[in-house]
Amino acid sequence: MSSFRLPSGGRLDRSKPLDFTFDGKPMQGLAGDTVASALLANGRQLVGRSFKYHRPRGILTAGAAEPNALLTIGDGGRTEPNTRATVAELYQGLIAKSQNRWPSIDFDLGAVNSLLAPFLGAGFYYKTFMWPAAFWEKVYEPIIRKAAGLGRATYEADPDSYEKCWAHCDLLVIGSGPAGLAAALTAGRAGARVILADEGFEFGGSLLSETAPIATQTPAELLSRTLAELESLPNVRLLTRTTVFGWYDGNVFGGIERVQKHVGTIDANRPMERLWRFAAKKAILASGAEERPMVFGGNDIPGVMMSGAMRSYLNRQAVAPGRQTVIFTNGASGYRTAADLEARGLDVAAIVDSRADAPKTWDGKARVISGGVVMDAKGGKALSGVTIAQAGTLEVIKADALAMSGGWSPIIHLACHRGARPAWSDAKSAFLAPEIQDGLSIAGSAAGLETLEACLADGAEKARRLVTDLGFANADRAFAAVADRTEPVKPLWFVRGSKGKAFVDYQNDVHVRDLVSAVGEGYGHVELAKRYTTNGMATDQGKLSNMNAIGILAEARKVSPAAVGTTTFRPFYTPLSFGALTGASKGRHFQPVRKSPLHDWAKKNGAIFVETGLWYRSSWFPKAGETTWRESVDREVLNVRKNAGICDVSTLGKIEIFGRDAAEFLNRVYCNAFLKLPVGKARYGLMLREDGVIYDDGTTSRLSENHFFMTTTTAYAAGVMNHLEFCAQALWPGLDVQFASSTDQWAQIAVAGPKSRAILQTIVDEDISDAAFPFLGAREVSLFGGRLSARLFRISFSGELAYELAVPAGYGEAVADAIMDAGAEHGICPYGVEALGVMRIEKGHVTHSEINGTVIPSDLGFAKMVSVTKPDFIGKAMLSREGMLDPDRLSLVGVKPVDPKTTFKTGAHILTEGATPTLQNDQGYVSSSCYSPNLGSTIGLALVRRGPQRYGEQVTVWNDLKNEYTKAVLCSPVFFDPENGKLHG
Amino acid sequence: MASLIACPHCGPRPKEEFTVRGDAGITRPEPDAGADAWHAYVYLRDNPRGRHREHWHHTSGCRRWLIVERDTVTHAIYSAVDAAATGETA
Ligand SMILES: [Zn+2]
Repeated sequence: MSSFRLPSGGRLDRSKPLDFTFDGKPMQGLAGDTVASALLANGRQLVGRSFKYHRPRGILTAGAAEPNALLTIGDGGRTEPNTRATVAELYQGLIAKSQNRWPSIDFDLGAVNSLLAPFLGAGFYYKTFMWPAAFWEKVYEPIIRKAAGLGRATYEADPDSYEKCWAHCDLLVIGSGPAGLAAALTAGRAGARVILADEGFEFGGSLLSETAPIATQTPAELLSRTLAELESLPNVRLLTRTTVFGWYDGNVFGGIERVQKHVGTIDANRPMERLWRFAAKKAILASGAEERPMVFGGNDIPGVMMSGAMRSYLNRQAVAPGRQTVIFTNGASGYRTAADLEARGLDVAAIVDSRADAPKTWDGKARVISGGVVMDAKGGKALSGVTIAQAGTLEVIKADALAMSGGWSPIIHLACHRGARPAWSDAKSAFLAPEIQDGLSIAGSAAGLETLEACLADGAEKARRLVTDLGFANADRAFAAVADRTEPVKPLWFVRGSKGKAFVDYQNDVHVRDLVSAVGEGYGHVELAKRYTTNGMATDQGKLSNMNAIGILAEARKVSPAAVGTTTFRPFYTPLSFGALTGASKGRHFQPVRKSPLHDWAKKNGAIFVETGLWYRSSWFPKAGETTWRESVDREVLNVRKNAGICDVSTLGKIEIFGRDAAEFLNRVYCNAFLKLPVGKARYGLMLREDGVIYDDGTTSRLSENHFFMTTTTAYAAGVMNHLEFCAQALWPGLDVQFASSTDQWAQIAVAGPKSRAILQTIVDEDISDAAFPFLGAREVSLFGGRLSARLFRISFSGELAYELAVPAGYGEAVADAIMDAGAEHGICPYGVEALGVMRIEKGHVTHSEINGTVIPSDLGFAKMVSVTKPDFIGKAMLSREGMLDPDRLSLVGVKPVDPKTTFKTGAHILTEGATPTLQNDQGYVSSSCYSPNLGSTIGLALVRRGPQRYGEQVTVWNDLKNEYTKAVLCSPVFFDPENGKLHG
Repeated sequence: MASLIACPHCGPRPKEEFTVRGDAGITRPEPDAGADAWHAYVYLRDNPRGRHREHWHHTSGCRRWLIVERDTVTHAIYSAVDAAATGETA
């Protein structure tokens, strides 16, 4: 096919040809082309197949509303389906493929759906596939999904990076057509911080496509002068290729900048797209207006195009639409297109104006058919002619291009994202959004204005008012006020009597009869009709179709469009890539990794790590020859109990607490007493929720009169800190108490086992004998002959003689190494959280497996810890409720199998022996379990009704998931060294 | 997406930095206030349409608890003050 590129004109760089392929066929375009304009210049109108009927479809628009020309662009991990060819810029080497066709776009087997059309009307999904239900999943859905599809995403990873950023400004101007430019210039001259964002790759909006002079300047001259001045203003930021897609709370706008979507060679150091959040004091929406298609038979045949789009391709990219064009219009747009075509020497066969009383101002060559309509377009994969009806007579005219204009719909999406409802204007035959809302004003054709001059004036005036409100004195309009000149518009929602299908929603293949039958079947409400017919539900969200659909519903219901109303506008204005929303948060950057200061020490000692929340904790330390984790864990447990072990406990939450009222404060947040905790002592504390349930536990030490050091569990570190701050700031602001989280500042090392004292004494300068430093001692110590200060605590989770040594994080590894060296002769071994878990279960110590959000202190045997003398503490009042005193409550107990060779798992339930396994007979459940190498069997902790009164009772442990029943006996939860002889050793 | 909360200490910051706790209009009862008062404090919450005062924590900022008055319909924020400035005294 010959070239449709005109020999001169357009905003193109003719010295820069760009090679690309379409469905594998090599083609050439020019710098300044979109993919769509390059395809048109190559004579390629047919670019896609429709969603349902697989009808041949061409390029309809020149912008973001395009419903037909959706292509898959790129290859490999950069494959991007459903890309609008009308927005995508051409670059060297671009690979474009058509979609929804098989085996090829010119010969598509799916087009047989067109023959089935009578069965595929509105609501056909609901009517046809009602039963049998099983057929839906197995038969209908796969067939429908295969037949009705868009492009396919790639399975390859996206190789590119994305980023997010914030920008603050006085005035955000959305759209850079005449109104937007005038607004930006007015505000910029006044000194306001302005951001001007436009979705196109060039600023200018309609100025890029129009030719009629504005006063003494051409639109292009006006544009270049204005841009030059804006670029000279340091307070104005200009963003092209940036779609502002949503308006959010606090006058924050979301924007997507396509940083590298238009280049063939990607710079790996720059993002592919950038997600902006614009925090704007004020904003102006100058998004323009969308031209409405005419709805007549065959209005989807390739060669039929929006009037404004045709003008844009002609003037901006010097592309002729065809050899002979028919115009079908109900307003000025059709005449402007006809004039521009004739000015370029192209043949306009006729201007069909649906208004009988159209203004007689046309002075071009083409014949005007007033009060006429295009009844049907003819052709298959390309337009061949049109049938025109005027005053009862039909006339067939040959044409290979048809420009249509059914009036304009202001683009008001963003103005309605925060709840404002559009209102119908009879004068404009359009829905308008409130022109001035708090923080956002609408200007130009988005506010319903028509002429370029009026849009310039409106943008300037709206900006002047907003920046004056912001305190910029003496702001002057960049363009003088001028009245809009409007032609009467008589909407033509659809042409009656068309033979062919008259499409309303191109992308979802919804035609007039679908909407009429929706009304007939009782689905005429705009929201119901949308779901019933799928009008407006495609990826274009009905940008072209919604207004016509509302008009057709109104006519079918015999009401005004005002009574039909619109569906709800929601972000995003155009589709957004997941990559942009994800930003940098992918792969290893999805969430941070927290590593203990002893991570490298553990690693070089062979630790196997486990992820707990964000933390990596050492689980166990396998030795050569050990083939299962249990072998390693059993060895570690036995060695700690016999000799000594060293364990990283740095992940525990650590909070420094200061202040004259610190003791009083702790007394109120713990259920047990802290007021009189002596300096140099640690105490186990239970923190309750206000409802009396245990929140967290840990030890808190008094390092000096007004300085405490609290540890929390690893998982609740952040939550406890928030809780303490709430209590101090919101509940008791009169208390003098301050907090600092020091979790990351300390490496904390547990040294446990009968030989732990001997080992530690070799590095600790002070005397740590039992007499000098008894159980629950807590003090600052010096290490290595005064070379390092540290904190030493004599506390034990394992039940052994044990210490926790806290050193500044950076010294953690060196100190751990020194302990290992000192302990070598005593048989020290590193142990992980698995061994720690075994030893704490052997001792009946609880963790969040037991503190699970349902237990109160007495459930865990801590009843005596709860202070009865304190006047108040968090949780006190609610602990005395009836249910908290119920003797039948689930309470902590030990459980072990009768036959040590048998076992059970955590989560299994406890049944009275012989009871039927039902929930009614449930006595409780196993909260923790492990294999105890010291007892030679599985042991468990369980929460069981009246548990402590049932020691010795034989029960059944019931695992319904595996249908397993284990005979077991309830016992004290302290399985090992119940006299605590080792602890105090 | 985002809205901004004007922290009295840090200035306008994205709401993602904050954690909401809920109704700030309730006062912690005296220990002996009785079961009904405690039940109301711990469990009963109004869910007003319109203006609402809530506790928000500037978790990823100054770590102060604030009382933010906002509109549950429009999401407009009327004020944000430090909770200690209005809270109960010890
Ligand atoms: Zn703050």
